[in-house]
Amino acid sequence: MTDKDFTFTIDGASVTAQPGQTIMEAADAAGIYIPRLCDHEGLRHQGSCRVCTVKAAGRSVAACTQPAAPGLVVESETPHIQAMRKSLVEMLFHEGNHICPVCEASGNCELQAMAYRLGMVEPTKLPYLEPTRPVDASHPGIALDTNRCISCGRCIRASEDVDHKGVFGYCGRGIHRRITVNGEDLAHTDAAVSDHAISGGVCPVGCIIVKRVGFRLPIGARAFDRQIIGEAIEEKRR
Amino acid sequence: MTAPRKARVATVSLAGCFGCHMALLDIDLRLVELLKHVEFDRSPLNDLKHFTQRCDIGIIEGGCCNEENVHVLQDFRRNCDVLIALGQCAITGGLPAMRNAIMHSDDPLRECLEEAYVLSPYVENATHVIPNDPALPLLLDKVYPCSAVVKIDHQIPGCAPSGDIIYETLVQLLAGKFEGFDPHIVHFD
Ligand code: SF4
Ligand code: SF4
Ligand code: SF4
Ligand code: FES
Repeated sequence: MTDKDFTFTIDGASVTAQPGQTIMEAADAAGIYIPRLCDHEGLRHQGSCRVCTVKAAGRSVAACTQPAAPGLVVESETPHIQAMRKSLVEMLFHEGNHICPVCEASGNCELQAMAYRLGMVEPTKLPYLEPTRPVDASHPGIALDTNRCISCGRCIRASEDVDHKGVFGYCGRGIHRRITVNGEDLAHTDAAVSDHAISGGVCPVGCIIVKRVGFRLPIGARAFDRQIIGEAIEEKRR
Repeated sequence: MTAPRKARVATVSLAGCFGCHMALLDIDLRLVELLKHVEFDRSPLNDLKHFTQRCDIGIIEGGCCNEENVHVLQDFRRNCDVLIALGQCAITGGLPAMRNAIMHSDDPLRECLEEAYVLSPYVENATHVIPNDPALPLLLDKVYPCSAVVKIDHQIPGCAPSGDIIYETLVQLLAGKFEGFDPHIVHFD
């Protein structure tokens, strides 16, 4: 702890932060997991999915973008906030076409893992929107199944900031905002299998698929078959 | 003293692959203990086609893809105190629901049937006609999850659900209170 470091609390637990850290960064370092979908290690924060919402000094903020502040009182795992997070995740399932049993990402998917963690197991009251969305398999090494895209923008930031390419972008607004590629189709972009944007873990769901490696790790032996999402961070606390 | 009344359970497979019924057997040896507390009413396991009396628990595999599924599901709701949707097909529509949207088509049902019975190079259908025998139940426009048709009380996720999660749920329900799943055993695949 340096003399610039300060403390604040999350659900009553004291957390040390350095100036400039977000609530989530400080929480991660302290072994407190705050659910997230659009935020990804090594990428700039976007603050769009709102699954990381916490109450800071009584106001709802995104923990991935909100700076920590000395003495700040943060609530995270309250029944109200947990229910809201679960609703956000549930709506993402209903907004796209998520048929987990046939999805290559099943077991490695952060959306699905978040549903497990947040207990999305009750009968739904929401309709399935079942949009008609394209699959782009034009590229020799990569397929894009946008039925499963949650518009988190992680591929956009990875392609722009890490690969310096700009293969992906958004089009449309509001619920119609969709991911698109900078070209007629993926084959007409400079996307490469070696891009960071394409690498495992950047796309949280089963939208960006690398061809010819699918199901190499069988269902049942995958990341979130073995561990609940967030447990790796929480282990630091024990 | 008389033995406590056994819970009466009915099961059915609607638009499912029967995998969820097979998964019931994954309860393995614990089935022996479970069956001391349970007796079956209508079910494909005993081939009873109609309810013989009111049931405590109804277990539904599969969603609704045709009008017969809807009628059977409504019959289950009328005759069962607690209705369980077992597996992803019952919960979300599952694999059969792939025909709803992922066909790049404005008329996905027609495209699905044409692919299955007319256009696919693997079709052996001399008449090139989509089956239309009046005895066949009428297909619905889409495949619907059970909760879109009747009130569902509990759902057991998985495709197929593990023996463990089915067992845990039944034990909790037979004890009279369901307190939720351990997230470690929840899977959608
Ligand atoms: S992307 Fe995730 S939530 Fe969607 S179908 Fe695949 S595994 Fe399921
Ligand atoms: S393709 Fe994947 S990484 Fe890109 S916005 Fe969609 S879900 Fe996010
Ligand atoms: S959930 Fe899976 S195992 Fe069960 S009926 Fe559907 S496809 Fe078969
Ligand atoms: S993780 Fe913070 S808004 Fe998405």
